[in-house]
Amino acid sequence: MTTKSLALPLAASLATALTLAGGHAHAQSATMEKCFGISLAGANDCAAGPGTTCSGTSTVDYQGNAWTLVAAGTCTEIELPAMADGTARMGSLEELDRDLPPA
Amino acid sequence: MLHDPSHAKTEAAFNAALWGPAPPAGLTAPDANEIAQRFKVYRNNVQHSLTRALAARFPVIEALVGPAFFTAMARVYIAQSPPQDPVMLRWGASFAGFLDGFPPVAHLPFLGDVARLEYVRGRACHAADADPVAPEVLAVADLESLRLTLHPSALLFTSPLPAVQIWQSHQTGAARAPLLPGPDYALIARQPDFTVIVERIEPDTFAVLSSLCDGETLGFAAGKADPTPALTLLLRHGLIIDTDTGAPR
Repeated sequence: MTTKSLALPLAASLATALTLAGGHAHAQSATMEKCFGISLAGANDCAAGPGTTCSGTSTVDYQGNAWTLVAAGTCTEIELPAMADGTARMGSLEELDRDLPPA
Repeated sequence: MLHDPSHAKTEAAFNAALWGPAPPAGLTAPDANEIAQRFKVYRNNVQHSLTRALAARFPVIEALVGPAFFTAMARVYIAQSPPQDPVMLRWGASFAGFLDGFPPVAHLPFLGDVARLEYVRGRACHAADADPVAPEVLAVADLESLRLTLHPSALLFTSPLPAVQIWQSHQTGAARAPLLPGPDYALIARQPDFTVIVERIEPDTFAVLSSLCDGETLGFAAGKADPTPALTLLLRHGLIIDTDTGAPR
């Protein structure tokens, strides 16, 4: 059997797999989501990406680039104290540039 | 000696005494007779919190041997292998090997592999983040030479014993099913919704996934067995994070 003769079975196999997998159902059905900017210092969940370590590494309260897992849909409704200049703080599904530790 | 040892020395003596029979030198108490008793509070806090940390990491082991036995066994393990690192998720790597050689559980030969599975779940849970590719990315003409990069949390697990089935039967809501003889194979990974999955797989699927993990092409992996179940799992759980056609750039 030459390797080329696999092409059709592979395509069929992929098509079947895509159907069975149901179009990334799990990627969409998250019940928890990352909420940035709500964690107290040292109480964030894991960020484990390149150049970071793991949970408990945030150094200022409500650090904008630290996140905590919260029930989906509740992130921006979490009550937070206003910032020093009176601006309201809100959680965000995206990384924030407020409340960052001094570089 | 009693006065002004450096802080590091005090700390080292305190730590050593946590693991030994006597309190460290230099302690005071309103009643000197209470020193040993009061120091035991610290010793007990350390033992208890490490025991609970171990149980949190290895809940099925605790379920299999029972909490009382687990606590007694944990004391032995903790004394042998206390954490070397303040990051608790890195502690417990040697627990499976400890179970393999702990005479009181010699009649439960599967414990070690169940503990290995539980440890791997923790590693998957704390693996780096990576977004899955859109399934359309796989629609390329030359599927055979396609290589897949799998999510950093995706790990393959194997045991000569039915360790995966034993673990699965101790999950809440698990249906009682008769144990099939091992070996057991599983794909362990963290989904985009942060749940860690343990999928028991057939030996054929394990062979295909092993090839893909090793960076082999889809064509090569398909030479091992039908790749459909492996691709279904990878797509369903969002575990393909990059593809490479191997074409010259």
